[in-house]
Amino acid sequence: MSSGEDPKQSRSAGMDRRAFLRAAAGAGLALAAAPALTGCDRQGRLGLPKHLKELTPEELEELLHDLEVRFKAQTGRDFKVGADTALPGVMFGYGLDLSRCIGCRRCVYACVQENNQSRDPQIHWITVLQMEQSKGIDLARSERYYDPDKVPLQDHFYMPVACMHCANAPCTKVCPVKATWQEPDGIVVIDADWCIGCRYCMAACPYGARHFNWAEPGVPADEWNTDTHVLGNRPRPVGVVEKCTFCIQRTRRGRYPACVEACPVGARKFGNLLDPDSEIRYVMRHKRVLVLKEELNTQPRFFYFYAT
Amino acid sequence: MGLAWRSLPLGAACLILLGAAAAGDEAGGSGQAGTSAAEPPATEEPVAQPAATEPKPGAELEVPPPPFSEGIFPCSDCHADMEPNPKRRVLTEEHENIVLHHDEQHRWCLDCHGATDRDKLRLASGQLIPFSRSYLLCGQCHGDKLRDWRVGVHGKRTGYWNGKKRYLLCAHCHDPHQPAFKPIKPMPPPRPPAPPR
Repeated sequence: MSSGEDPKQSRSAGMDRRAFLRAAAGAGLALAAAPALTGCDRQGRLGLPKHLKELTPEELEELLHDLEVRFKAQTGRDFKVGADTALPGVMFGYGLDLSRCIGCRRCVYACVQENNQSRDPQIHWITVLQMEQSKGIDLARSERYYDPDKVPLQDHFYMPVACMHCANAPCTKVCPVKATWQEPDGIVVIDADWCIGCRYCMAACPYGARHFNWAEPGVPADEWNTDTHVLGNRPRPVGVVEKCTFCIQRTRRGRYPACVEACPVGARKFGNLLDPDSEIRYVMRHKRVLVLKEELNTQPRFFYFYAT
Repeated sequence: MGLAWRSLPLGAACLILLGAAAAGDEAGGSGQAGTSAAEPPATEEPVAQPAATEPKPGAELEVPPPPFSEGIFPCSDCHADMEPNPKRRVLTEEHENIVLHHDEQHRWCLDCHGATDRDKLRLASGQLIPFSRSYLLCGQCHGDKLRDWRVGVHGKRTGYWNGKKRYLLCAHCHDPHQPAFKPIKPMPPPRPPAPPR
């Protein structure tokens, strides 16, 4: 946002599909020219690019390799782009203990680092809201730019907000190109190479959880996390939307999300909603649980709770 | 009303669970007797293992060692030749840096530290336990927290949500002598959007 670079002019060579759409719309491009504009790994019938879900395992492998080559050229770093699929019998759920969170924002910056969010212009997938205890959860009067010497402030509490991975997600329904969808384990993902940047999903999301790359993401070369997932923390180009993926690159290998491990007070809980013995199920059975904006029927899988 | 009725069997279930865990430990505890046979009579008796250390198959847990101050442990290095003085008093010659803000009206050192074995902690029952099981001491008063901690809901766990986890003892986050969580400096706030040009 701070640099007003025009996304249209700075699209990388890798943004083949959008380039294709633009060119096709503008000039009535002959289909014969399409292969030159689209990635070879994404071509389907008639030379049109294929959706990620349509790719054969071999084509996917080729795509991941091409991405690694592209990121190497862009950043000089050796990326590992994975495509781990959802684990069977797993539906991810998240718990956040409002009675413990102290608003220190350790989670915000752990997330930025893990998921390669742009430092400049700045993108934070997690927003921590400070609210007054006497007013309760009052989003209209919440403060996101709080900066006292020490937290928690007397008589205040803190509510981190990120993607709720709604079971009834409004964002995925409005996408005109099916660039965002919900995976079988409940993670709402975006294919950054398929997104056309229309930002309908941002308008549809009631939680402000989606963020737009207004300019080429600025990440110092030595700060890239090179262990990535094709639907997650891989470097994103300018002009696409991005969001929390429950650290898909970690959680699909059994690890906790980065924010869970960064939280100094242990307020963040994560696990499998289908496992009756999981931490998250214990929370739902024994604690006072709420979801944000329940009245919208988005059915979040991100649960706030009070342990005390 | 409905809540009150619902919570009743839950509480009962927890008691049963704890009982079962204690019984299980007693059965398995005999193996440790060999190592502790040389110790004085006030040695550690079998105590309830946390459910956290015996979760469902496949899952593993590990806990880092208790967070002692540099060079302070084992306490018996200094205390071995000292006669225990059970009189409640303000310490002036050693440990005067420790300020107790933890129900200090009612307690002092030897309510929680073993007088006969300085390298152990002391439960209200008089039973001595190692520092690595300090959660049993804390759980005497904070039973609700202990219950949540055992299932991983109170306190921090890292590692694998479906496998090996690393958990922390109470004392890793709470100074046992001043357990209230200390306020910390927050990371920088987000930058507000730039004004229109």
